[in-house]
Amino acid sequence: MLSRTASDLYWLSRYFERAENTARMLDVVWNLSLIRFAVDTQAEMAAPLAITGTADHYGSRYGKITIQNLLFFFTLDADSPASIYSCLRQARASAHAVRGKITSEMWESVNSTWLELKEIRQTGLQAYGETAFFEWVKNRSHLFRGATYGTLMRSDTFRFLRLGTFIERADNTARILDVKHRDGQNQPNTTLDYYRWHALLRSVGAYEAFREMFSETINGERVAELLILRPEVPRSLLSCLQMLCELLPAIEGNAGLEAKRLAAVQLARLQYGDMEHIIDIGLHDYLTDFLRRINELADTIQSEYLELV
Amino acid sequence: MRSLKLPAVSGFDEMIAPGGEVRPHYTSYHDWLLRQDRGLLQRKRKEAELQFHRVGITFNVYGEDSGTERLIPFDTLPRVIPASEWDLLERGAIQRVNALNLFLHDIYHDQNIIKAGRIPAEQIFGNSQYQPCMQDVDLHNQVYSHISGVDLIRDGEGDWYVLEDNLRTPSGVSYMIENRRMMMRLFPELFAEQTVAPVEHYPSLLLETLQQSASYSHPTVVLLTPGQFNSAYFEHAFLAQQMGIELVEGADLFVKDGYVYMRTTAGPQRVDVIYRRIDDDFLDPLAFRSDSMLGVPGLLSVYRQGNVVLANAVGTGVGDDKSIYPYVPDMIRFYLDEEPILNNVPTWQCRKPDDLKEVLAKLPELVVKEVHGAGGYGMLVGPAASQAEIEMFRDRLKADPENYIAQPTLSLSTCPIFVEEGIAPRHIDLRPFVLSGNETRVVPGGLTRVAMKSGSLVVNSSQGGGTKDTWVLEGGEEGAC
Repeated sequence: MLSRTASDLYWLSRYFERAENTARMLDVVWNLSLIRFAVDTQAEMAAPLAITGTADHYGSRYGKITIQNLLFFFTLDADSPASIYSCLRQARASAHAVRGKITSEMWESVNSTWLELKEIRQTGLQAYGETAFFEWVKNRSHLFRGATYGTLMRSDTFRFLRLGTFIERADNTARILDVKHRDGQNQPNTTLDYYRWHALLRSVGAYEAFREMFSETINGERVAELLILRPEVPRSLLSCLQMLCELLPAIEGNAGLEAKRLAAVQLARLQYGDMEHIIDIGLHDYLTDFLRRINELADTIQSEYLELV
Repeated sequence: MRSLKLPAVSGFDEMIAPGGEVRPHYTSYHDWLLRQDRGLLQRKRKEAELQFHRVGITFNVYGEDSGTERLIPFDTLPRVIPASEWDLLERGAIQRVNALNLFLHDIYHDQNIIKAGRIPAEQIFGNSQYQPCMQDVDLHNQVYSHISGVDLIRDGEGDWYVLEDNLRTPSGVSYMIENRRMMMRLFPELFAEQTVAPVEHYPSLLLETLQQSASYSHPTVVLLTPGQFNSAYFEHAFLAQQMGIELVEGADLFVKDGYVYMRTTAGPQRVDVIYRRIDDDFLDPLAFRSDSMLGVPGLLSVYRQGNVVLANAVGTGVGDDKSIYPYVPDMIRFYLDEEPILNNVPTWQCRKPDDLKEVLAKLPELVVKEVHGAGGYGMLVGPAASQAEIEMFRDRLKADPENYIAQPTLSLSTCPIFVEEGIAPRHIDLRPFVLSGNETRVVPGGLTRVAMKSGSLVVNSSQGGGTKDTWVLEGGEEGAC
């Protein structure tokens, strides 16, 4: 496969996945903003900016954090690189460049997503409905994934698409977990804390999984275990690494030795990791280290497959 | 829909004969049309537009966020050609392209046609499209134009003429295929009623043609596009996917040790045949325009060594240039020893003093074209032009006569289209696509382009022209029965 094509496929699914995760994250923020607690809502609302590393950019454009500005910044703001609008615009541009490589059903799902998004932007977020919009984004992502699974040949085209998904997802899950953990640290076992972990589980669609796997009150340590070490949960770090380690060796040719090695090392760290060890290190430090490693892997994939000279 | 109100037209209409009766090959469609209620065509047109947007079959790709991606207007009434008439067009187009390929081989080798005095030497060697670097380069099967578009029109009498040949990178074939798919989706019952010759196998014929352009079997074929901002990018991506070949940009290819390779995730892979949708000038910055970012440095030298095939060949432009066009009928006689099946439009060559004099005398009646022009730019349509425009062209002609040809203003035949007020005739042309591999073939039909404005003769999509599906009816004159 052409390196340029592989790169477009990889970024197509990364941006689509990022749009979905942004919607998931905002859904939580939005719901929490509706629950009135005597807490510092400024700090609460700053979480998405911390997760995405866009606090400075936001600050320079809007100054004070209000829920309306924050939502606009992350949804329909064409000038914000972190907005769902920007992510889907990038996804659509990448899809456009490889439309001959993906099935027409996949292309049409990306293209109609983009066309609908432009209409929603005209309507405005409040008029469309915040929750309705987050659901729409998740549904469009499900639709694209469904079209991919249901129609695309299992070749390198499929593999590079999936590669982008799991790199992005591993990164996003780690970030969401990191910020929530730091927020919750100071007030363990409060009602608010419960709501935060509850909302986080819902945001990654893992609430039902938690209920099924643990018969105990929702608490930070268990949520962390679920989202880091559990292979049954499709958004956990371990699941993402398992997929990456399945995909990389299946790619045709002998390129990507270092990428395969890095992925295998990280998989082993998760497979043979345990919560006690993670808590010893400290969840924040553990996740910071994980993010550094996953980004190193992403850079290596970029240089070994996608930017062949 | 009880009756079709067709404004009286002067000239030839594809559906309605001068007496008002429906032409035999249109009776089946016409009967069906009368049975439909008024809203149907309106609804179907909306559906078609929606579908084209959704699939993203757009033209003139984006410049800005608001989405300047445009649809080429699509008309839902088919243009119907009876089998017997198609037979003539097919033979004529094949004959013409065969002669043009022989001509290109000849001028880049022995130049017999010049020696025989049939074409003046300066017409070839003084032509900016002539590529001296192609002299004595041997091509497999001696094919230069693997993919050709022959633009056909018919005049007020209904006689067919070749308006121009397209031997560089003719486009539009994806619309031929997509228009058919759309018609089958919108009006499946019409295809059950009559036998319309299929066109959807064009990509497989094209792939065969490209594979046959190499001297060995199983060559690696790629399609070279200028990129997604090119107006025809949809077509490039569409054809590459339909043929199952890589769609590459210049930066994806590189030259090493006398061969062309593409950059892949598994390392460099050799490329044997390049179906290029980039003009000669941009192919190789080392050989042609050095500012080109679209091409591949060193490509021409590999090509001249015979280590890669380009389709179409470098230097085919000298065959479809408007200054060469008047000589094509003579080429057919010279190379094939046959009489031309399809006629040229009578043409004045302004470089000839006598012709120029005649042209200047009746400028308001004529169409004047630049010899290297394309896409409907830089031309004068006398009867539709203002006095000032005519005088401007008069000055240009006098200053630079070599740069122009002139032709009588042919009325172009009309075909009914669906417009806001109902159904009305508009002028059309026809571009069949001719493929030259081990043999020369044409998919039945082609792209029918429509001038959407009443009375307009300009069908180019760059000038707001539209398209419609083209049906070649199989099985005799009546077709429908």
